[in-house]
Amino acid sequence: MIIAKKKPIEEIIGEVENFDRILILGCNECVTVCEAGGKKEVEILASALRMNFMAQGREKTIDERTLERQCDHEYLEEIRADIDKYDAIVSLACGVGVQFAAEKYLTMPLLPGVNTVCLGANEDRGLWTERCQACGSCILARTGGICPVSRCAKRVMNGPCGGSTNGKCEISKDVDCAWQLIVDRLKALDKMEDYEKVAPIKDWSTDRAGGPRKVTREDVKI
Amino acid sequence: MSALNTHSRLEKILKAGHLGVTSECGPPRGSDAEEVKKKGLLIKDYVDAVNVTDNQTAMTRMSSLAACIHLKLLGIEPVLQMVTRDRNRIALQSDILGAASFDIPNMLCLSGDHQSFGDCKSGQNVHDLDSMQLVQTVRYMRDEGKFLGGDAIKRPPKIFVGAAANPFADPFEIRVPRLAKKIACGAEFIQTQCIYNIDKFKEWIKRAADRGLTEKTFIMAGMTPMKSVGMAKYMKNKVPGMDVPDEIIARLAGVPKDKQAEEGVNICVEHIQELKEIKGVSGFHIMAIEWEEKVPEIIQRAGLYPRPQV
Ligand code: SF4
Ligand code: SF4
Repeated sequence: MIIAKKKPIEEIIGEVENFDRILILGCNECVTVCEAGGKKEVEILASALRMNFMAQGREKTIDERTLERQCDHEYLEEIRADIDKYDAIVSLACGVGVQFAAEKYLTMPLLPGVNTVCLGANEDRGLWTERCQACGSCILARTGGICPVSRCAKRVMNGPCGGSTNGKCEISKDVDCAWQLIVDRLKALDKMEDYEKVAPIKDWSTDRAGGPRKVTREDVKI
Repeated sequence: MSALNTHSRLEKILKAGHLGVTSECGPPRGSDAEEVKKKGLLIKDYVDAVNVTDNQTAMTRMSSLAACIHLKLLGIEPVLQMVTRDRNRIALQSDILGAASFDIPNMLCLSGDHQSFGDCKSGQNVHDLDSMQLVQTVRYMRDEGKFLGGDAIKRPPKIFVGAAANPFADPFEIRVPRLAKKIACGAEFIQTQCIYNIDKFKEWIKRAADRGLTEKTFIMAGMTPMKSVGMAKYMKNKVPGMDVPDEIIARLAGVPKDKQAEEGVNICVEHIQELKEIKGVSGFHIMAIEWEEKVPEIIQRAGLYPRPQV
């Protein structure tokens, strides 16, 4: 899923300072699961903003709403009838949701309430970690199911680099070395002979490098 | 080993069966070429070639290629170090051609320390290729006379290609397979990480020799003299992938502070003498970081001087 992190409240206050009628818009998908932008976080942010402006003696309308998904026309349409009631929307969806809403409501200021961090998993209670960078051409079959693109700090395709120490990456003792994990997996799979196959130079044109990506499927078009 | 592929003196020395000697020179954090030249001249007659580091520890410095040119013009043979951190395949190939245009005959391909260690922590890194793929690229450009894109190169680069190896990094069991991979990619010489744990290094090179790898590449043992017990502790605890046994620290701590540098040099010389006798060791790469003036002494005392004329 997409992992996001709440933006600092001071930053959001700064962004909404000049608006009087604000909608805080949550999303029921990834950001709910990673506890950054679901119904609960919408409530918390809305009350924090209300308290802040009340303390300054300022009257503002701060409404709450959470959609099933913000990256979907159908659900985003649900707020059309009410859109004129607001001067700005703070969206707690990932960057995709914020943009999709901005594209739909052309004249409505849309402010992000979270920082979108990565594609990752909920590794433990309160811990989300990156697993994929959507490189567009998955090589997991060759790397024991562990991704060196997203999990190696140098995207080394034939690792590990010389900095791997006690299973940790040279950048931090808190980060696993992806190549240690790959080697451990290859050993567990009894596939160590695969380690010596040289990974070819990667075609990054399917990655960010190739420009904005899209998937077109004639078979599912209406 | 095979016939010469380049005009590299280092290649000639190694292929003639002599122990090769290289050292290194870090370009300055400024544009004064005198600093590079001074360091180069200090070691000129004691080594076969001088590595020029490429923004090592991710600190921004004068470019490795420019510093190599300064050395080359003084008659010193450079080994151009190139990291994959800062350049994509266009820039890498372009710099390889630039180096070849000055007849810089050696290159060492590295991934480079992560930028978080340096002065541009908020910068991007590139890593379009990795270090093994860079070795492949140079070999392809040289041997096939082609760019990665497939077009022919007019006057292909004649470059003797090396890679680094760290016999001590984890996981240990893949250190030899990893060397095999680098050789398969075309690494003609290998310069190792600084060696302090002699037993572990011997174990590594024995395993490499058992697989016949030492017949396929020239392994140059990396040596860095310790200046003080503080440096030894720092290397042990702070430098990723470095293996400094406690005996080394104890030995340095056992002499007065003003004698520690001398003791560090003694250890270095003893290690070289010991490793000279080991099968598979083809030479030494002496990295006296900001201590270049000690290199001639180490090389002389280790019995590696005068350098053979080839
Ligand atoms: S290889 Fe690419 S697609 Fe596969 S997990 Fe890694 S980044 Fe994602
Ligand atoms: S230590 Fe491991 S994860 Fe970190 S950069 Fe090196 S190979 Fe990649």
